[in-house]
Amino acid sequence: MTTSSPSLSIAWLYATKMNIYGDRGNVIALAQRATWRGIDVTVHETGIGEAIPEDTDIFFFGGGQDQSQVDVARDLQGTKGEAITSAVEAGAAALTICGGYQLFGNEYRPHDAEPLPGIGLFDVVSKAGPERFIGNVVVESQWGELVGFENHSGLTFLGDGLKPMGKVVVGRGNNGQDGTEGAMYRNALGCYMHGALLPKNPKLSDWLIEAGLQHRYGDVPLLNSLDDTIELHAHETATGRARRAH
Amino acid sequence: MPIPSSRFDPRLASAVAASRLSRQVIQRLGRGGGTSAPGVIAQRLDPGILRKLSARMANGTIVVAGTNGKTTTSRMIANILESDNQTVIHNRSGSNLVRGAISALADHSTWAGQPRGQIAVIETDEAALPDVVRDTQPRMILLNNLFRDQLDRYGELDTVARKWRGALELLDERTTLIVNADDPSLMSITDNLRVHRVTFGLHGQDHHLAALPHAADSSTCRSCGAELGYHALYVSHLGDWYCNGCGRRRPDLDATGTDIVLHGMDSLAMTVHRIDEALKIDLGVPGLYNAYNALAAVAACRELDVSASVVAESLAEFRAAFGRLERVEYKGRLLTLILVKNPVGFNEVLRMLTAETGSLVAPTLIAINDLDADGRDVSWLWDVDFELLAEGSAAISTTGIRGTDMANRLKYAGVPGARLESLPSEMNRALDTWIDSIPVGEKAIILPTYTAMLDVRRLLTDTGATDAFWKQ
Repeated sequence: MTTSSPSLSIAWLYATKMNIYGDRGNVIALAQRATWRGIDVTVHETGIGEAIPEDTDIFFFGGGQDQSQVDVARDLQGTKGEAITSAVEAGAAALTICGGYQLFGNEYRPHDAEPLPGIGLFDVVSKAGPERFIGNVVVESQWGELVGFENHSGLTFLGDGLKPMGKVVVGRGNNGQDGTEGAMYRNALGCYMHGALLPKNPKLSDWLIEAGLQHRYGDVPLLNSLDDTIELHAHETATGRARRAH
Repeated sequence: MPIPSSRFDPRLASAVAASRLSRQVIQRLGRGGGTSAPGVIAQRLDPGILRKLSARMANGTIVVAGTNGKTTTSRMIANILESDNQTVIHNRSGSNLVRGAISALADHSTWAGQPRGQIAVIETDEAALPDVVRDTQPRMILLNNLFRDQLDRYGELDTVARKWRGALELLDERTTLIVNADDPSLMSITDNLRVHRVTFGLHGQDHHLAALPHAADSSTCRSCGAELGYHALYVSHLGDWYCNGCGRRRPDLDATGTDIVLHGMDSLAMTVHRIDEALKIDLGVPGLYNAYNALAAVAACRELDVSASVVAESLAEFRAAFGRLERVEYKGRLLTLILVKNPVGFNEVLRMLTAETGSLVAPTLIAINDLDADGRDVSWLWDVDFELLAEGSAAISTTGIRGTDMANRLKYAGVPGARLESLPSEMNRALDTWIDSIPVGEKAIILPTYTAMLDVRRLLTDTGATDAFWKQ
């Protein structure tokens, strides 16, 4: 690292089209936790027809409504999807939620329409399911217990050898069948957890920030720790809420 | 127009009786207002009860829907119609599912099922609108706006929009549709229908927003998918919109609100222009969102031929509904309670609270619950622009089942730790601790979600505080 303050570049994919369920809280969490450590953060909102900034360290891609998802899927085909894939292959981090997760996979198969192609970064296939999974969700993972709120009817199945983000403790997860939630390829993550996810799961936020810094600077010292009393209090309330309802 | 009929219908009579009796029993047991369970029972006895009772309304039925403001707007309309000497049946208690409508009508009917009212004002929630419209065959429908609200309950906005459109397509020119033309989603839902459409909206460059807030839902054209632009943006995605792609734009307005003057948290004034009149309105409730509600009520009631002077006089007397904006004195402190239930509504409340100085001026308690009526998913807190509260010196406290989520949201909005207090989740403990931190005689604000509001109100009522409304 140079003597000037380190910097971090976040690309927020389709911020206006894919922005339901408070997923922007994830971008707020990444930007604030980096800023609190003296890192210069830039957030690029990248919409339809706009190129991916070349220096992106962390991608964020949230959930959207059906029609938005069709437009976005089309826009991602070709150079844009390839740019994201090569950035992730070079170590960039990514967090994708719900619709964003599905479009980072191979494809999404709706009930009554043509399959939507994804960018194939995750070897997963998603399809419309018969019921909607709605509720608080707790997942055991390498970042400890993660807590979020799921609200999806899409079922996602992982290809052989692809790691999930974790095992479902409370809730339904990827598909309600195999006990997995999310997918992980290199430093890219996908899952169904809204909440927003990162503000209540600070360890996961910091892991993404560290991966982003490593992508930019190579080996970096560990992040200094922050006072996470409020975050952990919210985490504890949410996991308690999830467990009591079951 | 439905034809009143008084032919005796034994099945209807038994359903009406069951609804009324069960309501009385519930109230006697002290289990709340008893506003929805009786409707469920009545519907089971006579599935046609809502259709039959509304067909017997001499002056027909008015259905009011929209994510925000439907309770306020329907109360304004009911009050105006009462001032016009019409007898009104209105599901006032905010129980706005099908069963709430049934219960309200049954409660105001004779045992034989003859409504004791000339006109019904039925407030309905987003999910129930298609059923309520089908059953009541309304003479008038008022659509205020369509925002994201409780996605866990209603599903995505696109789904709601499709269902509304489906219900409206079955109606003809005998139904008048009063619709907010500033909402591009509502315009595409109501384009090319057979109903008589009357549009309303705001005009002018005062009070516009600099940019589309994050909570806004429809920034794209429903016809062609291109980004929408705005000559002026007033609340969330409501404004004088146009499409950059296909050229669709806000249509000409039948009723236009102009010259809006907002008096902080107290009141507002506005002029409503229609074809050949300009009606000056003074309203006893504050906030730009209430300008929309009043404009909708004026458009509806003038269309119903209520005189302009009756409309203006009734609105001047208007006060806010249960918990939506109430002022109460409690242990010597002057409290203002404002219901918050979704990102758009919360943003407008924050805008009102910070309008005069750019920051919060009074200590504020935010109470967030996650029960069914609040929405079980608290993700929506991240769509509210709490960043508005980062500056200033007023303390912000949090409570409720998910008060810790709220505290966390405020931390990430940049509210310094010294101004932030995470109180116990139990309302009774939190309220007293919070009150003790406020000097006697000072003003303070409580922003609760729906069930948190019920908790706060119950605590205040237990001490007799809610009878003591304080004057400005």
